[in-house]
This record gives sequence, C-alpha cells and structure tokens, in this order.
Amino acid sequence: MVRPIRKLFLALVAATALTAALPAYAESSLLNVSYDVSRDFYKDYNPIFQKHWKTTTGESIELKQSHAGSSKQVRAVADGLEADVVTMNQASDIDFLVEKGLVVKDYAKKFPNNASPYTSTMVFIVRKGNPKALMDWPDLVKPGVQVILPHPKNTGNGRYSYLAAWGYALKQPGANDKAAQEFVGKLLKNAPLFASGGRDATTSFMQRKLGDVLVSFESEAELIAKEFGKGEFDVVYPSLSILTEFPVALVEKVVDKKGTRKQAQAYLDYLWSKEGQENAAQNYLRPRDPELLRKYAAQFPAIRTFTVDEVFGGWPKAFPAHFKDGGTFDQIYQSK
Amino acid sequence: MSAPSLRMATAEPRWLRWTLTGIGLAFLFFFLALPLLAVFYEALAGGWSAYLQALKEPETLHAVGLTLFIALFVMPFNVMVGVAAAWAIAKFEFRGKSLLITLIDLPFAVSPVVVGLVFLLIFGAQGIFGPWLSAHDVKIVFALPGMVIVTLFITFPFVARELIPLMQAQGREEEEAAISLGATGWNMFWRVTLPNIKWGLLYGVILANARAMGEFGAVSVVSGHIRGETNTLPLHVEILYNEYNAVGAFASASVLALLALVTLVAKTLVEWQMRRETETLDTVLPAEAVRSKE
Repeated sequence: MVRPIRKLFLALVAATALTAALPAYAESSLLNVSYDVSRDFYKDYNPIFQKHWKTTTGESIELKQSHAGSSKQVRAVADGLEADVVTMNQASDIDFLVEKGLVVKDYAKKFPNNASPYTSTMVFIVRKGNPKALMDWPDLVKPGVQVILPHPKNTGNGRYSYLAAWGYALKQPGANDKAAQEFVGKLLKNAPLFASGGRDATTSFMQRKLGDVLVSFESEAELIAKEFGKGEFDVVYPSLSILTEFPVALVEKVVDKKGTRKQAQAYLDYLWSKEGQENAAQNYLRPRDPELLRKYAAQFPAIRTFTVDEVFGGWPKAFPAHFKDGGTFDQIYQSK
Repeated sequence: MSAPSLRMATAEPRWLRWTLTGIGLAFLFFFLALPLLAVFYEALAGGWSAYLQALKEPETLHAVGLTLFIALFVMPFNVMVGVAAAWAIAKFEFRGKSLLITLIDLPFAVSPVVVGLVFLLIFGAQGIFGPWLSAHDVKIVFALPGMVIVTLFITFPFVARELIPLMQAQGREEEEAAISLGATGWNMFWRVTLPNIKWGLLYGVILANARAMGEFGAVSVVSGHIRGETNTLPLHVEILYNEYNAVGAFASASVLALLALVTLVAKTLVEWQMRRETETLDTVLPAEAVRSKE
C-alpha cells in the first residue's frame, strides 16, 4: 500500500511542475472576446483571416475565442482577461472598457461605419400565419397581446427592443418624449415576463409557447430557425426599427503588452474586406458593403431604420437616461 | 362491532405505507429520473450521428479533458489537507479547534459565485495582487491556475468532513499502541491510521470529485470562457445552449451526467465495501484477537 501511493504523489507533483513550466505561445496568438451568439460568425471568419494573414505576411496566427453574455465579458476583460480585441453587440459594453482605460475613447472612429462591421435590426417573430395580425409596433401595445422580450435593463436585446419601440413612437407626428414613454409603458405592460437573456426569451416563446410575439434580432431569427425549424414561426418587419450596431475595438493595454497590435489591427480591419463582409451576410448579419447588401437582398428585406446616435444622441446618453437606476425604465416599471 | 383488524404495532397501516412509498417514488421519478431521461432524450433528438458529431467537436473534447484534469489535479491536495485537518481535529485538543471546524465548513456555506468573485478581487487586474501579477506576467484568473484554486476551495471540506466523525469514533488507542510498540510517526500513519480510514477517505474523495467536475458558479467567474483553453464541461453546456446549439449542449450535458453516474456507482461500491468491512470487523475480529493473543 505504501509504495504506489507515494509514487502517485511524486508523479502528481512532477506533473504540476511540468504544467507550470510549460512555455507560453510558440506563434503569435490573438484572443477575441465576444458576445454569445457570435460564435458561428467568428468560427467562419477566423480561418478566412488566418489564410489571408498567411498569404500576405507568411506568418501563421492562432486565434482564440471567448463567448458569453456581453456585459459579463467586458467585466472579465476589465478584470484581466487578456483580450486583444473585443467584438460586442452594444457600444455601451465597450464604453465600459473606455472608462477602465483599456480602450481608447474614440474607438468608434478607428474603423469605418462607427467601428461596426455589420448590423442587424429588431424584428417581430410571431406564431405561424400571424394569427393576431401583428404588423407594426402599435399592434404590440394593443390590449390582449402578449409580448416576449428579454429584460430591458440588463440585456442587450432587451435594451435594443426598448429603444426600438421608443424611437418608433418618437418619430410619429406630433410625438414627444412623454408620448414615447407612454407608448413603451403600454408595451411593457403587455410583457408577461422579462426573460434573462435572448436565449431565454426564445425558449419562453418557442418551447413554452408563451406570448404572441417575440422581439428579437433579425440575425437571431435564423438561429431560432436552425433549432426549431423554419416553418414554426413567421418573421414580421415593422415599418420602422432600430439599426443595431456591433462595435469592435482593440484593447490597447493588452496589444501593447503582448506586442500584437499589428495582428489585432489587421484582424479587425479584415472584417470590412469583401470576404469578411460576405461572411457576415452568410451568417445573416447585414453587411456594410452596399454591393453585397444588394447581392443578398432576398435575405435582408428593406426596412427603415434609425440609429441610437440619431435618435438618442449615442449610447453614453441613452444608457443613463433609460437604463440606469431611476431612468425611464425604472419610472415606467415602478408605475406599472 | 367487528373485531379490530390485526396489525403489528410497529407498522403503519398498509394504505399509509403504500401512499408514502408512492409519493417517495413519484418524487424520485419526477426530480431525478425524468430530468436525466430528458437530457439523454434531447441529446439524441437529432439521432446518434448528430450526437456523436457534437461530442467529436474539438472544443467539447477539450472541455471534457479539462474538467477531468482539474478534478484529478485537486484530488491529492484534497487528500493531504483533508487528512491532516481531520487528524488534527479528531485526535488532538487545541485552542481554536472550533474555529478551524467553522473554517472548514465555510466553502459549504458560501455561494460559489461569491467564491469566484472573491478570487477575482484578489487576483484580478483590479484586485489586490492584480498589478503585481500582471507586471510579472503571471496569469491566475482567466487561466488554469485560477480555475484550480476555486475548485480546491469549493471541494476541500468534503474529505475532512467525511473523516472527522470516522476518526473521532475510532479514537486514538490504536495509534497510541503503535507508538508505544516503537513505530515511527510515518509507520503508524501508513500501517494504522490509513488502513482504518481508507474507505472513508475514498468516499470523501469521490464526493469531492463529483463536486469538482460539476462546479459551475465559481469556475464561471474566473474562467474567461476561452474555447479550447479554459472552458470546462459545465460552462460548455451553458454556452452551447445560449448559442442555439441544443444538441451540442445536451450531448455535453449527457457526458457530464455519465461522469456523475460513474461517480455514483463508485460511491455505492465504496459504501458497500465499507459496510462489509465493519461487519467483518465486528464479527471476526474479537475471535481473531483472542486467537492471536494465545
């Protein structure tokens, strides 16, 4: 009994020492910290970029991905997760890293199109055949209609849904902020629950069959189809919706420390290349390239959109006004 | 009036026994068997080939490997610390003993997420040692060391908790006898203490192991979710589910469930062995002891 146990201890101690002494990276490597549903996009994009990098520089590069809820992800980066680049679904998440001094303040100007290589928009997912004839935002505030959406205060999808409805109401003739708040208040009254994330909202709507309409990203509709089948629901495009941007940024501190600035910059730049844009379209994200947008027109019906910058003066204003404690969401919700 | 029906005073009426057993079984079915079946049902919803395909993903395989590695890695530490703590508590009297017991129970009482956050506050970039670690290029959180540390913290009470009552019941006579017969400390440990506690120790290790493999909250906070690097199986399940890959998520969950089942079987075997040994001791030992004295 004595010998084998001692040997096992020794072996484990040796293994510990070996693991600790393992060398760092043989080749340059980038870590891309991203939100949760971007996996398919970057799974396809990474080999595209690796090939491009190999042909232009002759170097090979290792690309690592981290995906989880976006707010959790930026928090991890602030706490020391060594991301060379962050690719998020909301500017407010990157603003958090600006506050922490990890990303430059004018990151949106470092790349074209507000540093967002592709976009999407908020659409309605309704039961097959659209039995309640829900065509536009006013149909969603009618009594007796149940709307499923993720929590507007803590989730990206929820915030975009909220701002989409607010912006629609604000753009109606003679409308003002007060009218918009009332409109959104009616919408929230029709929500039987607030899901804890996009995925939960989908599960509530598709699996538990709750509600008449799910407000979600256009790109997410395709993911839902992948899992639940295309014939299970209809997608309705409202007359006006919000343009959702997916900003990317270099994490200055990390690329300087690791000496990967050149690679990281190229990695993000290449998102705007023809190949990168085509990959976006194939993953149901609207490419910025007008030519490709035309090519994939069947997949992306024309829809009038507004941006957060146009209607709300940017996320740094919209976020505190609506979603911080005491913002319009709290006002509506407390009076509900 | 008819004569009262005959029944044993120690037994409940038949209908009550059946109802209670029925409730118990129904409870077991709905809360244990059904979810387990659901996991396998969902995992196999796309057929065997989709199931195997999902498991063959390099990221899933890596997650399985990482989960097993962490569980195996923390095991020797758990054994050493657990045995030492249990020994000190069960066989000696010293000041601060109850404080030590409380400290051992602490990981049971604290929510795993809080455990993760605490280590983030200590080793994270904005934490106490963060700047120093970063300057010396030592990675603790969002890397393997951090995940091992939180798993250790979460699992280390199991061995000690299992051994303390056992060692207390056994007392210290046998060890004292060994010492008085001239055994060295190590000799006594390997030949007297360890054989006495081996099943209890194994039982504690198995429980700690099950916990280490299934741990989600604390590991989630310090992992950083890097695919193929710091993603354990429970984290992998969540992330696959969130990105609409139900088959992948449930396939991974089924692997986790299988690991748990293996652990359960091991646990049952150990329990069975433990009971057999105690019974043998009770019946055989007195006779043998007498014989050896003669």
